[in-house]
Amino acid sequence: MSLSENQVSQIAYLARLSLNEAQLKDTTQDLNAIFSLVEQLANIETDGIEPISHPLHMSQRLREDIVAEQDQSALFQSVAPKTSNGYYLVPTVIE
Amino acid sequence: MHTKTIVELAQGLKDKDFSCVELTQHYLNRINQSNLNAFITVTDELALVQAKAADNKIASGNANILTGMPYAHKDIFCTKGVKTSAGSKMLDTFVSPYDATVSQKLNQAGLVMLGKTNMDEFAMGSSNENSFYGAVKNPWNRLKIPGGSSGGSAASVAGGLSCFSTGTDTGGSIRQPASLCGITGLKPTYGRISRYGMIAYASSLDQAGPMTKTAQDAAIVLNVMAGFDEKDSTSAEQKVPDYTTHLNDSIKGLTIGLPKEFFSYGLDNEVASNIMTAVKEFEAMGAIVKEVSLPNSAYAIPAYYIVAPCECSSNLSRLDGVRYGYRAKDVKNLEDLYLRSRSEGFGEEVKRRIMIGAYALSAGYYDAYYLKAQQVRHLISDDFKKVFERVDVIMGPVSPTTAFDLGSVKDPVSMYLADIYTLSANLAGLPGMSIQAGFAQKLPIGLQLIGNYWSESKLLNIAHQFQLQTDWHLKTPQEC
Repeated sequence: MSLSENQVSQIAYLARLSLNEAQLKDTTQDLNAIFSLVEQLANIETDGIEPISHPLHMSQRLREDIVAEQDQSALFQSVAPKTSNGYYLVPTVIE
Repeated sequence: MHTKTIVELAQGLKDKDFSCVELTQHYLNRINQSNLNAFITVTDELALVQAKAADNKIASGNANILTGMPYAHKDIFCTKGVKTSAGSKMLDTFVSPYDATVSQKLNQAGLVMLGKTNMDEFAMGSSNENSFYGAVKNPWNRLKIPGGSSGGSAASVAGGLSCFSTGTDTGGSIRQPASLCGITGLKPTYGRISRYGMIAYASSLDQAGPMTKTAQDAAIVLNVMAGFDEKDSTSAEQKVPDYTTHLNDSIKGLTIGLPKEFFSYGLDNEVASNIMTAVKEFEAMGAIVKEVSLPNSAYAIPAYYIVAPCECSSNLSRLDGVRYGYRAKDVKNLEDLYLRSRSEGFGEEVKRRIMIGAYALSAGYYDAYYLKAQQVRHLISDDFKKVFERVDVIMGPVSPTTAFDLGSVKDPVSMYLADIYTLSANLAGLPGMSIQAGFAQKLPIGLQLIGNYWSESKLLNIAHQFQLQTDWHLKTPQEC
């Protein structure tokens, strides 16, 4: 497998990252090197092997659906780049 | 004072040889004079306030062994009112509005935070060269890397800038810098220490732990850091024992497994011979050594470099310039805001891992990569299970070499190989340790111990017994 610059550019966009021409060239080379390392996985027989998502095979803990936190939105919004009346401000999306 | 352990300093404070304010000021002076770049933020005012409070506590007879102990906190743990950057430009101006559970526990224990330590950006790296704040230097040789990602934490302990430090380990980030800086580092079982408020990199692998001068100190700090936390959905409801209780148990009859895969191609000869000398020391103490095999450990690197980037690509999607963190200036529209904030805010290695993850998780590739890697994780885990039926502990090197030159490893794949012996413990969720076990060309070598789940007490016991017989942990760099 080998990724083209075009594909890498698409991947970058998927991750909402932009790359200039020089970065695109370097990144394509790096990602191809990394994926050729990762391709070794294909050689391992894993038929019937359960994939693990939790190293200790624990399942997600549930709790009662009760209010546990106080409203701290003002505190949490104090670190936001731009807010107004409890809203996060971003450039206009719909005119 | 700065070469003393927690146990020795606690005695000094108790005997009034020095006050906590004096001790704290001593460390702050050393930090200010240091050129290791181990700290991103020095919290001198806060530290002196905490030190004064600790002195009062000691005077009133309400102190515990950690009261007033000056430590360095990895800048990945949220600290209320104090900048928490994770080594990234993205969070350069982020002052956390809340405390991580670990921060809260350390505060409650009456500790003194000297500052926040330098690290690879979002804990992604093995050399600390990926920090927005520049590389940390190894206290043993300033031209060498300290290891990563907890490089600042390791350098601060080795360089006598803090009594101990906190670290996090996703693929070796406590053990590898501990090894390269010649200190003791413990990565506990996954779920042992709360991840709440610890900036997430790869959530199914991340685990915090203590970085100290000795195993005894690590046990004392782990006592405070460990425990169930309902705010962390993967926190384990496992009772926390007193980790100091079994430190002095005899290790006669201990069975040690040496995985042949950990002594394979790429291992430096001098590192190998020092590790074998350490193993012989254990034999002299009555341990029995067996050769074992972890056949799938060769696949730890490819499995890790799928699992971790996938989780990081998902975790770091929250950093988009909207709610907190860096926002690009003069953006054209919302998409431009996302693209430019992320492109300008993240460093190269972080972007690389986000892209690996984005690709591996994209439609049509999930089964071939993420699912496959999770299956391989199962195989790696089963290998360990089989080995732990035969032995009490696994030993081997932490890192294939001693600390390499700053700037010498440029391509990402070569850098990834630095973690070859540490990754599998994370993939399986097992506890691992690095302890001082020798030198090559005046650079420290770490011996790795990997134990079964929840065997932290046993690992600390084994490490402590070794430190009673050897003096590698007492060596300090020349400047100290």
